[in-house]
Amino acid sequence: MKYVSEFRDPQLAQQLAQAMANEVHPDRLYRFMEFCGGHTHALARYGVLDLLPSQVQMIHGPGCPVCVLPIGRIDMAIEVARRPGVILASYGDTLRIPASKGLSLMGARAQGADVRVVYSVDDALQLARTWPDREVVFLAIGFETTTPPTAVAIQTARREGLRNFSVLCNHVLTPAAMHAILDQPEPVALDGLVGPAHVSTIIGSRPYEVFASDYHLPVVIAGFEPLDVMQAVLMLIRQVNEGRAEVENEFTRAVNREGNARAIALTDEVFALRDQFEWRGLGSMPHSALRLGDRYADMDAELRFALSTRVVPDHPRCECGPILRGHKRPQDCVLFGTICTPDQPTGACMVSSEGACAAHYRYGRHQADEVAA
Amino acid sequence: MCLALPARVIDIDATRQHGTVDMGGVRKQVSLALLDEVQLDDYVIVHVGYALTRLDQDEARQTLALFAQMAADEQPSAP
Ligand code: SF4
Repeated sequence: MKYVSEFRDPQLAQQLAQAMANEVHPDRLYRFMEFCGGHTHALARYGVLDLLPSQVQMIHGPGCPVCVLPIGRIDMAIEVARRPGVILASYGDTLRIPASKGLSLMGARAQGADVRVVYSVDDALQLARTWPDREVVFLAIGFETTTPPTAVAIQTARREGLRNFSVLCNHVLTPAAMHAILDQPEPVALDGLVGPAHVSTIIGSRPYEVFASDYHLPVVIAGFEPLDVMQAVLMLIRQVNEGRAEVENEFTRAVNREGNARAIALTDEVFALRDQFEWRGLGSMPHSALRLGDRYADMDAELRFALSTRVVPDHPRCECGPILRGHKRPQDCVLFGTICTPDQPTGACMVSSEGACAAHYRYGRHQADEVAA
Repeated sequence: MCLALPARVIDIDATRQHGTVDMGGVRKQVSLALLDEVQLDDYVIVHVGYALTRLDQDEARQTLALFAQMAADEQPSAP
């Protein structure tokens, strides 16, 4: 077993599509939100959207860490990167996120800031060991999957007595964002939720139970290969047809109810809840993000460099906000594909391949154009 | 940045904190700090340089069997 090709078998995909077509009621709509950007990517890249019956409508959720990071936080990263002696280490995707004044981390680097792309937070630690006279700041972003690695690195830095390493923390919490989506003043009409793949390996399936019980919303946790997503959609269709609202797990090969206890304990040890955190599109939400806990406050870049966040509005015509809330689709944005492209993104949803606009541009746009023609 | 691939563990260092994985022919150093008891030849999901979870072979087989079952249910007359 390779865990890849088996889950991409085109013939099985066709048969799953047939199963869906047989089971959907012809006269009703099934509106499912895929929360996780990894699923947005899989749906677009493997053409899964074309295989779904017309009664099934997939709505993209806010589950892409690059997309939900607001401009003010990127401005903050740029500000610290420009300080003398600082090396800012970041995952590659964040470099192209548009910030204020037409800038981005990449632009700041072109102007002389020392911004380095790392593949892993361990690479950032290595920079700190290599450059003891410089301040290495790791721009930490991501949901529950990238948080435990940051925690390991913080503990390693403490153990080694690395004094020139700090973290600009933007780790955010999936269940908080789901609550925000379901509680918005004008909530999107949803019949079910495709639960995240990798986030769930860490937090388990239990945190989603509240959505099934309190909102009567079916949830199916899905793996990240195309057949996984299709199977999950089929399971959602069945729940809807049977009037059930339960948490089901399609991704049992990697996810259990309890999650990764070691990773959860590490996160609890190193981080603390923020009272408030600003998300792109969703606004400021209580208890939706993490900061470094008091025991590790000396490694908190916001404190070490006395940084403060400003709230900066998005480009006035960018529709990332409504897209992240499930109200609009990429093709509803007038900038889509003309002014805003993956090479020259205007908004954050066009940056990472898991962003709704980037996924639609790379894999779906031409088909949509053909259908329209 | 959330994309991740299953990878096979081909080497584990003595501290059990690090290892080498094979991702479709590409070898990578990864941290094993988030997992208990990783064994050689286990498949893990690697994300930002860390193994997040092990993949359970029996469960994977059952999921695949479920797909096949579904297919059989839907197309009884298929050749
Ligand atoms: S196309 Fe670009 S500008 Fe429009 S919503 Fe998407 S990212 Fe924003």
